[in-house]
Amino acid sequence: MTALTEQIALARTESRLRKGPSPGLDALFRGAAFGSALLVLLVLVGILISVFYGGWPAFREFGFGFLTSSAWNIGTEQYGALVAIIGTLASALLALMIGVPLSLGIAVYLTQLCPGWARKPVGMTIELLASVPSIIYGMWGLFIFAPLFARFVQVPVSNLVEGLPIVGTLLYARVPSGVGILTAGIILAIMIVPFVASITRDMLDQIPTMLRESAYGIGCTTWEVVRHVLVPQASVSIIGAIMLGLGRALGETMAVTFVIGNANRLSSSIFDPGSTIASRIANEFNEADGMQLNALMALGCILFLITFVVLIIARLLVRRVKVA
Amino acid sequence: MDATNPLSDVRAAAPIRVRSGRRIADRVLRVSCLVATLIGAVVLGSILLMLILEGVKGFSPGLFVEPTPGPGSDGGGIANAILGSLVLTLIGIVVATPIGVMAGTYLAEYGRTSKLADLIRFLNDILLSAPSILIGLFVYTLMVRPMGTYSGWAGGVALAIIATPVIVRTTEDMLRLVPGSLREAGAALGAPPSRVILSVTWRAASAGIVTGIILALARIAGETAPLLFTALNNNSWFSPTLMGGVANLPVMIYQFALSPYPNWQSLAWSGALLITVTILALSVVARLVIKNPKAR
Repeated sequence: MTALTEQIALARTESRLRKGPSPGLDALFRGAAFGSALLVLLVLVGILISVFYGGWPAFREFGFGFLTSSAWNIGTEQYGALVAIIGTLASALLALMIGVPLSLGIAVYLTQLCPGWARKPVGMTIELLASVPSIIYGMWGLFIFAPLFARFVQVPVSNLVEGLPIVGTLLYARVPSGVGILTAGIILAIMIVPFVASITRDMLDQIPTMLRESAYGIGCTTWEVVRHVLVPQASVSIIGAIMLGLGRALGETMAVTFVIGNANRLSSSIFDPGSTIASRIANEFNEADGMQLNALMALGCILFLITFVVLIIARLLVRRVKVA
Repeated sequence: MDATNPLSDVRAAAPIRVRSGRRIADRVLRVSCLVATLIGAVVLGSILLMLILEGVKGFSPGLFVEPTPGPGSDGGGIANAILGSLVLTLIGIVVATPIGVMAGTYLAEYGRTSKLADLIRFLNDILLSAPSILIGLFVYTLMVRPMGTYSGWAGGVALAIIATPVIVRTTEDMLRLVPGSLREAGAALGAPPSRVILSVTWRAASAGIVTGIILALARIAGETAPLLFTALNNNSWFSPTLMGGVANLPVMIYQFALSPYPNWQSLAWSGALLITVTILALSVVARLVIKNPKAR
């Protein structure tokens, strides 16, 4: 008797389950998931189309000269991208030169030297640097860092190198206000450190402990373990992480806009103000119309292409190691 | 001799055998790594200190109830910017969450072997670090120009585009951690794939997915560049339809911090403190919830 009721109950629940989602709903769910994934692709294509479409009049008007001209004259409607491109590349390269050693140092400290109890809080501190909004970095750079930088670096260095060949032009500040391409590079360096450091740390953590221990076992010092065992093992992905940092540094907008000085002329000194593609767009876009708007869009298109290439290389390098 | 006590021999010889060059290189590495880490910590500390010292000065009850004042006038608060930021971030996350979770589900559940899914996964990673100012330009072309006016909707969409890749990535990573045997068990009960996903895999990965959404929230709450050309700013209460400029904290901070008026600067500092504390709290919460730190 009980067995029978149980069977009936079972049959009932079974039929209720079967009634659940119909094949149509199943297909709908799958379609929605597929559509959402496709949307990601469409957005990227959309970004490319929109900046290219917006910038096309400028490319047509100025042709290849747009890339090589340093003019940016709103009155005569003459626009060129050279100053902004050089500013972008220079600040990003400075950021790498300063940020990469810092990041590698932090990653090595976190994985090799840090005592166990401090690992989590120290790692968290570095990761929190990544969450600070870029506009806050801009304010810190402009109001805290730039005055100190002007007083303790720009003025003494300018006095020191004045009149010397090459370094005298490269490191001479006409107006030691603290803002300029090098300041932007330093702020960008701080901003990319958490990204590069945390990827490098993850990669170093993935290296089998046995490799490290064997090296220590034959009497290697920490430096030798890092130099001859860890770095060669993780080199490809470290380069990928650096490229990822480069991608961020190239496109960073707000922090740079605060500290680069937004000058439109080409300067030979890294202490002088300059501008990057992103900072120029941020500064001028809202008041721009006509050809200026097109020129800014064209700058955006150039930025898209540069960062896209850098990020593709970065992801390929990071990915290849993960698979291997 | 060496056979009787090799250990003491090695120990006695060790300090002499290490060439001083090796020892110095090692010392230099240790010290410079420590210094690098300290620099990172000092920067974070000095940013927080700066925000607290400058930001707390401007705190008053009026800050949270009055709108931003006109140029050069006294008083006022940042209530419109706070509310605007909340609304924009909410629109962003409400739009991004279903799209991001569904796309992540597709990549993890349906598209494991497809070439297209590989491409989308790759492009999503690119979008994750794409310059946010380009997203602003895109939404400007897509929405602001055709509509003829800046709007909160455009700002929300721009933020959604930034939040989506974060959610896609975390959702996919978290779903991949769900063991296949759970899915097989669901399928063996006769449940179609959508039912398995809804009641088995999503449920198993829910903590991770929520973490991804919190991380995305932290990411978009402080974004400034994409809002410059979409929501812009507004020195009074914005219209309930969100058409026209909508005040928001990041753009308010940008405009006020660089303004010549002390009152505006002080409001910018208070806003900066508020937004940074919120974002840092969100990221700490997300990191405490999550067990797997891979989601970036």
